[in-house]
Amino acid sequence: MEAKTKDLWVFVETNEDGTAKNVGIELLTPGKMMAGKQGGALVAVVIGSGVDEAVKAANEHGADKIIVVDGPEFKHYSTDAYAIALVSLVEKYGPTSMLIGATNNGRDLGPRVSCRLKTGLTADCTALDIDDETGNVAWTRPAFGGNLMATIICPNHRPQIGTVRPGVFKKSDAVEGKAEIVKEDLHVAESDIRTQVLEIIKDLGGENVDLEGAEIIVSGGRGVGGPEGFEPIKALADALGATVGASRAAVDAGWIAHAHQVGQTGKTVGPKLYIACGISGAIQHLAGMSGSDVVVAINKDPDAPIFDVADYGVVGNLFEVLPVLTEEIKKARG
Amino acid sequence: MSSPFFNEDHESIREMARDFAAKTLAPLAADIDKNEEFPMDVVRQMADMGFLGLKIPEEFGGLGLDMRSYVCVMEEISKKCATATLFISSANSLSTAPVVISGTPEQKEKYLPGVVSGEEFIAFGLTEPNAGSDAASMTTKAVADGDSYILNGRKCFITMAPISKYCIVYAKTNPEKGAKGISCFMVDMSLPGVSCGKHEEKMGQRGVPVSDVVLEDVRVPKECLIGELDLGFINAMKTLSVGRIGVASMCLGMAAEAIELAVEHTKNRVQFGKPLCKHQAIAFMLAEMETKLNAARGLVYNAAWMMDNGMKADKEASMAKFFAAEAGIEIVNKALQLFGGYGYSREYEIERIYRDIRVCSIYEGSSQVQQIVISGQMLK
Amino acid sequence: MNILVCVKQVPDTTEIKIDPVKNTLIRDGVPSIVNPFDGYALEAAARIKDKNPDTKIVVLSMGPPQATAALKECLAIAADKAYLVSGRTFGGSDTLATSYILYNAVKKVEELEGKFDAIFCGKQAIDGDTAQVGPELAEHLGYPQVTYGLEAEVDGDMLKVKKEVEEGVEVIGVKFPCLVTYTKPAWDPRYPTIKRKMAANRAEIPVLGDDAFPDIDTTRIGLKGSPTNVKKTFVPQKKTGGVKIKEADNETSAKVLFEKLSAASII
Repeated sequence: MEAKTKDLWVFVETNEDGTAKNVGIELLTPGKMMAGKQGGALVAVVIGSGVDEAVKAANEHGADKIIVVDGPEFKHYSTDAYAIALVSLVEKYGPTSMLIGATNNGRDLGPRVSCRLKTGLTADCTALDIDDETGNVAWTRPAFGGNLMATIICPNHRPQIGTVRPGVFKKSDAVEGKAEIVKEDLHVAESDIRTQVLEIIKDLGGENVDLEGAEIIVSGGRGVGGPEGFEPIKALADALGATVGASRAAVDAGWIAHAHQVGQTGKTVGPKLYIACGISGAIQHLAGMSGSDVVVAINKDPDAPIFDVADYGVVGNLFEVLPVLTEEIKKARG
Repeated sequence: MSSPFFNEDHESIREMARDFAAKTLAPLAADIDKNEEFPMDVVRQMADMGFLGLKIPEEFGGLGLDMRSYVCVMEEISKKCATATLFISSANSLSTAPVVISGTPEQKEKYLPGVVSGEEFIAFGLTEPNAGSDAASMTTKAVADGDSYILNGRKCFITMAPISKYCIVYAKTNPEKGAKGISCFMVDMSLPGVSCGKHEEKMGQRGVPVSDVVLEDVRVPKECLIGELDLGFINAMKTLSVGRIGVASMCLGMAAEAIELAVEHTKNRVQFGKPLCKHQAIAFMLAEMETKLNAARGLVYNAAWMMDNGMKADKEASMAKFFAAEAGIEIVNKALQLFGGYGYSREYEIERIYRDIRVCSIYEGSSQVQQIVISGQMLK
Repeated sequence: MNILVCVKQVPDTTEIKIDPVKNTLIRDGVPSIVNPFDGYALEAAARIKDKNPDTKIVVLSMGPPQATAALKECLAIAADKAYLVSGRTFGGSDTLATSYILYNAVKKVEELEGKFDAIFCGKQAIDGDTAQVGPELAEHLGYPQVTYGLEAEVDGDMLKVKKEVEEGVEVIGVKFPCLVTYTKPAWDPRYPTIKRKMAANRAEIPVLGDDAFPDIDTTRIGLKGSPTNVKKTFVPQKKTGGVKIKEADNETSAKVLFEKLSAASII
């Protein structure tokens, strides 16, 4: 389809309590820059149920306009309801570009919507820019397990859509919102929703792990040697108020639940501090944590690739380093 | 094609075994050795893939494949876990060959499918405290009594005895006729009078339990006689010739793994300012190890190929087992030497391989017995 | 039950190395494998077949002629029949064009194998990592979708899918026909059996070539029919210049680390 405006949309995914998922608000940051270069407005699209909090957040973090779809059928995510809603909004307003957070739901919704609109989609982007000459979005994303980066364009189809990894961009500082708020009276019939949630089993493996929102992560890899090897890691995490992460090697060995996995086939994280213990630093792991502000690596192999990305690297036995570090932190914090 | 001995099916069987060994066995091997326990679900997995029925006829749930298929599997599995090969070799040779060679259709129907599916184990009781290589000097006796035989005696070093449902027992039915008075019986381990001796604490291949089997006035029904009366010794010797190729193949796998580990280690370990492998004395050791391994491969593959083509290969099988075991032990010993102090540590795989391979020149016909067979063929 | 599993042959990305001098991918000698997530999809189908033995599993792949090796691998594990979509006009397709070709292929294979009750895919391929082709194929077919599936069971006219979500697991009910994409479950997929492997070695795999789909819209396939294209590729820059700490003993190292992190106000 043709774009009707030069506007850039950010789809703001909501939680069931009506708050915005972080990634939607994060994406307003690059959205502002891109909308500016494209000469259009930055529009947040909020779909959910009882979404005042999410609308407020979008307003405070830079949206020029907010389109709101609010209804009970959007409380729990379903592909059908969300795809119908988002497609009809796009057809009505005709934005030139759209960003969607690459959460599980975002990656479920994105291709469904782009295919229905017969346009291009670039998945799981880690960098965004606007090509100065053509005004096309330059979507940059990892491929081949993070070994290669590719920049993708979608020159002749609109809107150009991309899903973007959580944690890549930082939320802007909150300001007083002055966005135009447009409430769309849009509803999806129950019969059009072809999936039903039969059961919700929270806490996979008995733990709720919020790696993506964590400010500090302490991760363990093959070098911890076994499930009991995570004890000093948990102790340090407790002292720091941090979340425990793990490499694929440790998860595959069954030492810790999959919910803790950081990397290409796990979570992508962007904490302020990432402490990698006994993790060699396979490219697949680096792909998941390279957005960290500060990386500390503790490994007995001085040639481990993790040291290439570490700001602070300790060559040594983690079982001797971690307890001392934990004690020092406890002492300092009283 | 990587070798004139193997076709596409052999290669894909080898690839499957290699993949299974790397993914499933390699992570378990150290614990299996340490805890002296092999996980039964892994035995089932091997059964599901078909490894336990490679040489069992198709009508009894097996695959009816040739000796070279068996060689491929044994060689690849032994690279990562020698204990695992015992489950495969037992199922394909010692547990079943006596029945396949001499059993009645009813016996085959009764005993083979359970072994192929990994649900039942059958031990092989030939060796006795005073009858090792000289098996014909055994003292276990079976005396006919109505429609039963009464068995008395003691078998030793019996692999898998404590977990087996049956034990194949060779016993004298006609003591004055020596080797020509020995018969083969399938003994249900739950019969009154059957018991296992103490757990044998072994140097290597520790994941499979080994013990004595003690027979005290065990009454065995006549249907349990395998093959003809007094012809059991021939059956035992034929069974062992299948086993010989299996052990030889294991040696190839363990030696190949040792060389791979040694190459990797000597590339990475720096001493006197350069990697170990850049020292010519070390490189020459590697060259010799690799050459001997390939010579052993030639003997083993050729013997298997001859068997598959219906040729008489007793001498070739003995040469293969003799050379592969002796060369394998030497190669693994040298590989351990190249690891220096690390090789002496239980943390390193090479230490386990060193212990696992040692028995290969002892069991299923010691190197000396193989030399008797080889020279016997030369001098007759 | 009639299940189609879509699979892709991919380079084993864990084996890919970077040429340190030219700063490019070294693809030579990298083994080709069945995309692991597609393997989980095949395992999910096989588990349904374990419980419902009259299930037929058909596998479909799009790729060069060498991709028959991946299909044969699937036959050796659990599939009953395999088809390869391979043609020069299909090359260079992005996910939208690929899913459109696969949609045409599904229709064609259904003429030969009967209608599929369910289509299973991996959640993504490990070379492209897009996770798009599954949902796009569902959209072309007009089927409901469930993504991030872990396992599925048939319950009357419904498929019950355990789905991984950020907070745990949901059980989703969806009526046939439907499309499910799978992620890594807690178990490993089954191994092939020797019997199936040898049969697969001898299997003939029908190829659906350029002329297999007379009604296909040729403006929607291949490089020219793809809305997205790759502008450039590059190897990610490594971060350098970190501080290495290796004191006489581990305790001192830990203390030095603590001091540095404190001094920089990181902790």
